[in-house]
Amino acid sequence: MLTRRIIPCLDVKDGRTVKGIRFEGLRDAGDPVDLARRYCDDGADELVLLDIGATIEGRGLFLEIVAKVARAVQIPFTVGGGIGSAGDVLRALHAGADKVSLNSAIVRRPELIEEVTELAGSQAIVAAIDARRSRTGWSVMTRSGSAAGPADAVEWAQEAARRGAGELLVTSIDRDGSGEGYDLQLLQSITGAVSVPVIASGGAGRDVHLRDALTIGGADAVLVAGILHYGRTTIPALKHYLAEQNIPIRP
Amino acid sequence: MIGIIDYGAANIRSVCNALERIGAGSFVSGDPAQLDRATRLILPGVGSAKSAIGMLRSRGLAEWIRLNGKPLLGICLGMQLLYEYSDEGSAPCLGMMKGTIHRFTGNDIKVPHIGWNTVRPTIPEPLFSGLEDGAYFYFVHSYFAAISPQTVAVTDHGGEFSSVVACGNIRGVQFHPEKSGPAGLRLLRNFIEHC
Repeated sequence: MLTRRIIPCLDVKDGRTVKGIRFEGLRDAGDPVDLARRYCDDGADELVLLDIGATIEGRGLFLEIVAKVARAVQIPFTVGGGIGSAGDVLRALHAGADKVSLNSAIVRRPELIEEVTELAGSQAIVAAIDARRSRTGWSVMTRSGSAAGPADAVEWAQEAARRGAGELLVTSIDRDGSGEGYDLQLLQSITGAVSVPVIASGGAGRDVHLRDALTIGGADAVLVAGILHYGRTTIPALKHYLAEQNIPIRP
Repeated sequence: MIGIIDYGAANIRSVCNALERIGAGSFVSGDPAQLDRATRLILPGVGSAKSAIGMLRSRGLAEWIRLNGKPLLGICLGMQLLYEYSDEGSAPCLGMMKGTIHRFTGNDIKVPHIGWNTVRPTIPEPLFSGLEDGAYFYFVHSYFAAISPQTVAVTDHGGEFSSVVACGNIRGVQFHPEKSGPAGLRLLRNFIEHC
């Protein structure tokens, strides 16, 4: 049986892992290669590495880290942050990433999804959708939450899937870093509207939040960051809990 | 020496990293003359069947793969390419395994099939040496091979499909052993030592 995935996310800036609250206020959380290896040994099902510095100088350093992580772990990992073109995608894949997550770039130019699919296959592209509650539902934000994108996150999710994105990474900006739990209504709206796998992101603070995203929210995977980085819980503890809740989990 | 067949599209780095990890010598090439030096072959693959088979043909690799006779392991799309035909892009493939590759359908399953799923051997096979029944491997694919006489292990995603196939010294795995942690590394070692 296909299991649900726990995916630690490492936000990388200037060669270090950091974690912000609501996209701001960054705290240091260690060396990304060490953390990646530790999470892999702990039973992480995949990893995500986000380049949140995304400066020109930081770019080369980030790709070096991607190559080191590729040698250090034997599980799939996705890289994202500042990827603007098909060339950037290929550089990340050649450095050893299995998938790339695209956010602002595909909002700006949705055809990039088809271009990447043609070059590297659907499985290589994760459409990252940063959603913020609006009066009528959820709107899409880009550039780390600082600029407005499509007005309707659910419609954008459907379009991204239709264009060929293999997975959707759905982040609630309202919940990100809050520890109050994933936005279950947002997840339900999107998982009910697409047939590609959906990764829930933003808001995990306790084990029950993961369960709710995977059951009530209908998500196929959960992204976790702060809840792990500061030792509040561990991947084995989360997996043990989810298995007890009858959620299919890789031991 | 393992020859990793490079036809210009596949993400080959992770296969190289995994072989390095288990201390197996390997080289990457898209040239039949160089690949002739290999004792075993790995045909990796991501992307679409149609473009992959086109690239294999244009490099003179399709015919060479069919005829060289060395033990071969096809991974993911590399396994699907071994079949006669793929519905993905309506592409005639290498024809080393009987059958056609179809797309997953059904309202109750997610497509692509992405994540860790169990692999249940249906007949004894050296690739599974030392692996437990129902070990977890990492999958990512939208097309699949139906169960057939070549099936040696099955996986369930809205019904069972072939996750490992074997025919003579040709083998294919639908999952990515190079991305499947210790179980995947063990399977690669089994291919090198027992197949």
